[in-house]
Amino acid sequence: MKLELRFFASLREGLGLSGETITAPAEVKTIADLRDHLVQRGNPWAEVLASGKVIRCALNQVMVSDSTALVEGAEVAFFPPVTGG
Amino acid sequence: MQNDFIRIQEQDFDLTAEVKALRKDDPRVGAIVTFVGTVRDMNDGSQVKGMTLEHYPGMTEKSLEEIIQQARGRWDLYKTLVIHRVGPLLPEDQIVLVAVTSAHRGEAFAACEFIMDYLKTAAPFWKKEETPEGSKWVDARVTDDAAMARWK
Repeated sequence: MKLELRFFASLREGLGLSGETITAPAEVKTIADLRDHLVQRGNPWAEVLASGKVIRCALNQVMVSDSTALVEGAEVAFFPPVTGG
Repeated sequence: MQNDFIRIQEQDFDLTAEVKALRKDDPRVGAIVTFVGTVRDMNDGSQVKGMTLEHYPGMTEKSLEEIIQQARGRWDLYKTLVIHRVGPLLPEDQIVLVAVTSAHRGEAFAACEFIMDYLKTAAPFWKKEETPEGSKWVDARVTDDAAMARWK
């Protein structure tokens, strides 16, 4: 599945990357699967996306949960809890 | 006629001019409630010399539209305005403006507070503060989640 990844704030800085296009393997079906898949790349991914860290995710610019199913061609963003206002 | 206005911008805003424009030619209005958020010089025990606000272009506007539609589902509102600044800011600078017009104050007060509480937990903005100990990303507050939860 082709996905457009975006990273913001401390995650963007920790990864040194604001985004990339990937083709995820067939077993990656949900947000949680995608996070695990990226963690398996090793550092800095393992450190920045570690399972204990509170990270928010948006699918096509709508906030979603870990169990949300991915869709072909989606824009998937990872970021820390928001602190504006 | 457009009734909801959302602006993400680097430049400052003028509260008086914004309120004047929002209520212009609208004699139905009996109440205008505004909230202005500003940069403090202290946060979490550290002196704040300045900050930078980052956002998620595209999602920011969509999430603010969603927040305003939820407010409209709860209260009778005439017009709404949200201005959120991004980029570098200094202590005393204005960060955010929420303005709501309605026939009566009760609806305008509640809607303004609701929009602000939802914005704090659902709109993709992040603050990075410059302190004497270096720069650091601001952590989300548990109190912001609690403020949002009371509207459920």
